Amino acid sequence: MSTSNFTRRGLLKTSAVAGAGLALPTYLSAANHAGYTNAPQGDTVTLGFNVPQSGPYADEGADELRAYELAVEHLNGGGDGGMMNTFSSKELTGNGILGKKVEYVTGDTQTKSDAARASAKSMIEKDGAVMITGGSSSGVAIAVQGLCQEAGIIFMAGLTHSNDTTGKDKKANGFRHFFNGYMSAAALAPVLKNLYGTDRNAYHLTADYTWGWTQEESIAAATEAMGWNTVNKVRTPLASTDFSSYIAPVLNSGADVLVLNHYGGNMVNSLTNAVQFGLRDKQVNGKNFEIVVPLYSRLMAKGAGANVKGIHGSTNWHWSLQDDASKAFVKSFGTKYGFPPSQAAHTVYCQTMLYADAAQRAGTFNPCGIAEALEGFEFDGLGNGKTLYRAADHQCFKDVLVVRGKENPTSEFDLLEVVEVTPAAQVTYEPDHPMFAGGALGTCNPGA
Amino acid sequence: MDAIILQILNGLDKGSAYALIALGLTLIFGTLGVVNFAHGALFMIGAFCAVTLQRILSLSTVTLSKTETNFLGQPAEIKTPYVESWFGPEAGAAIIDWSVPLAILFSIPVMIAIGFIMERGLIKHFYKRPHADQILVTFGLAIVLQEVIKYFYGANPIPTGAPEVFKGSFDFGVLLGFDPNAIIYPYWRLVYFGFSALIISAVFAFLQFTTFGMVVRAGMADRETVGLLGINIDKRFTIMFGLAAAVAGLAGVMYAPINSPNYHMGMDFLVLSFVVVVVGGMGSLPGAVLAGFMLGILESFASMNEIKSLIPGIDQIIIYVVAILILLTRPRGLMGRKGVMEE
Repeated sequence: MSTSNFTRRGLLKTSAVAGAGLALPTYLSAANHAGYTNAPQGDTVTLGFNVPQSGPYADEGADELRAYELAVEHLNGGGDGGMMNTFSSKELTGNGILGKKVEYVTGDTQTKSDAARASAKSMIEKDGAVMITGGSSSGVAIAVQGLCQEAGIIFMAGLTHSNDTTGKDKKANGFRHFFNGYMSAAALAPVLKNLYGTDRNAYHLTADYTWGWTQEESIAAATEAMGWNTVNKVRTPLASTDFSSYIAPVLNSGADVLVLNHYGGNMVNSLTNAVQFGLRDKQVNGKNFEIVVPLYSRLMAKGAGANVKGIHGSTNWHWSLQDDASKAFVKSFGTKYGFPPSQAAHTVYCQTMLYADAAQRAGTFNPCGIAEALEGFEFDGLGNGKTLYRAADHQCFKDVLVVRGKENPTSEFDLLEVVEVTPAAQVTYEPDHPMFAGGALGTCNPGA
Repeated sequence: MDAIILQILNGLDKGSAYALIALGLTLIFGTLGVVNFAHGALFMIGAFCAVTLQRILSLSTVTLSKTETNFLGQPAEIKTPYVESWFGPEAGAAIIDWSVPLAILFSIPVMIAIGFIMERGLIKHFYKRPHADQILVTFGLAIVLQEVIKYFYGANPIPTGAPEVFKGSFDFGVLLGFDPNAIIYPYWRLVYFGFSALIISAVFAFLQFTTFGMVVRAGMADRETVGLLGINIDKRFTIMFGLAAAVAGLAGVMYAPINSPNYHMGMDFLVLSFVVVVVGGMGSLPGAVLAGFMLGILESFASMNEIKSLIPGIDQIIIYVVAILILLTRPRGLMGRKGVMEE
């Protein structure tokens, strides 16, 4: 006769040992077989979309999420395929990535570095995301890029325009499709020279954080090189809402150009305030007073309404472009959602496609394999013409659009018009350019 | 000199907004004894009243164009606002142009109603609770209101322009004998200052010269005795809550053209307005107004380049530094009375 002598304590002990025993081999086997973090098991692969879903950039984050969903649909063979049909690399066939169906998880960056890192960490550790992408701020991008480097995960940056992302804070596991402050300056300077001449006095108002500083430095250097004088550079707190006390002294400073190194809500308010103060109707030094917004976002420009009319800036991509790739993307996105995509949507769609294609070409999800496939990769057919993912700093080099606020918009989306497409060669710089110096790319980290 | 005059003007303008919000806050605190952290949200809702009226007035009939196409190559939609088809294109366009001033009329009943619902529905249950509880519940309410607005209107700022005649700026410099362009100031900000002065005077006149106001003032001084005299002071205080909500709402409506409204504009003003109330003296109406203008002007001066180059970052902390200095020397604030929040 057998007796069962289960006790509570005994049961707990046994289950703990068994649990540990079961968990250990899975962990070891993943590491042993694949040799990298979150190697996809089974027939799916999980991507992590880390975008601002709350906070001031939530609308931009929502547009990024729409583009990600569209990209996943196209990768899995749904929809009309969008830019997969125009992409110069033909590796992607609508059969997922490496035959695995693409799934995704999302995180909320809240446009705060610590929140963004926490959501990225959770997607990597809990959801097994093999790649992290997205974001709408350079502070966030740099923080998440650092985390991905440590975790052995590829980071495909979303909107980040600071020189530092692929400059002093560059990382081997991080890749940026979006352009940067230097490129904006290089593209804008010749246009500004043609429009406003070489004898100008510029006054900078700058958002006081990494992106603002690098853009201010870039624009000041480029405009001074063509003969402009920089009258003053004033840093404004990121939390400012009313810029009147910063704008009021501008007219009396002898400046005849105001450069607004502001983004998002800051840009909307500072531009609105500047127009309220009537700066654009004034004459200084015998010339018309001008305002420049070096980085434009159509979604954000909407908040400034009619104030953007006639004001020049630069942008990464715009839905009115007439190349086949842009048309395909606008059609695909517009049919699904009913309005044209923003530059944020375009960038993150491209980043997803580029990651998928690199994995396909490398034949692995190993971050080092993917990094190798992306480094020095030249492609076309994603809406910006011929593009190079430079190996030295993981920055994309492509044409930059100089845009102007449209005088007679025909719809609520029709706010900007492209005035010049600056060729990639004109915005290319050496990897050791002083504005990008310091920091090292390091080596790729596969994690695990 | 011209720079100083310019920053005083700027400060008056910022101060107007602080003073209006702080006035409502201190009115609620003085009557009901509640520290209302949702007051910034009322300012924000006021601004969204302007946005809403603009949208209502811009409601349009949609017809498909035969010639124009949209971004997908389909026939473009042509929108004709109803007001334009009812009153003719010119009158209709003028009505839409004047939507912000019109929103003043629209916002008063809306804000009073919101104030009533807030007070009767939630805040009244917290009168006998500690201030910490009141702060928590009203702060929570502020976040809820903020998210509700974000749900319906999105996170991006929404342009809400002033009427065309108020666009541009006025050259004070020429008037005072300075060079042209030395002191310019936008017309709408002057309107805002004038409007605030009007509202503040109206509130004071109401409290000073009406029987209702007299009872309320008596209630603020000694609630118990007024109650013993057989006056339903609670009912009057509820009305004061509605009134304070309307003042915050009006401040918001008129602020909409200055900075495009967004869902968290209330929070941006809330903390500063609290500092204003504390500096002015808890429960003191003239103190709130005085401190509002004073701190607004100080903040403007601190953002002058000459001062920023001497003490970097001073523009971000000046208000708090001054608040600390004043509270150290006058613990009850500038015009605070004995016995308020000291029991």
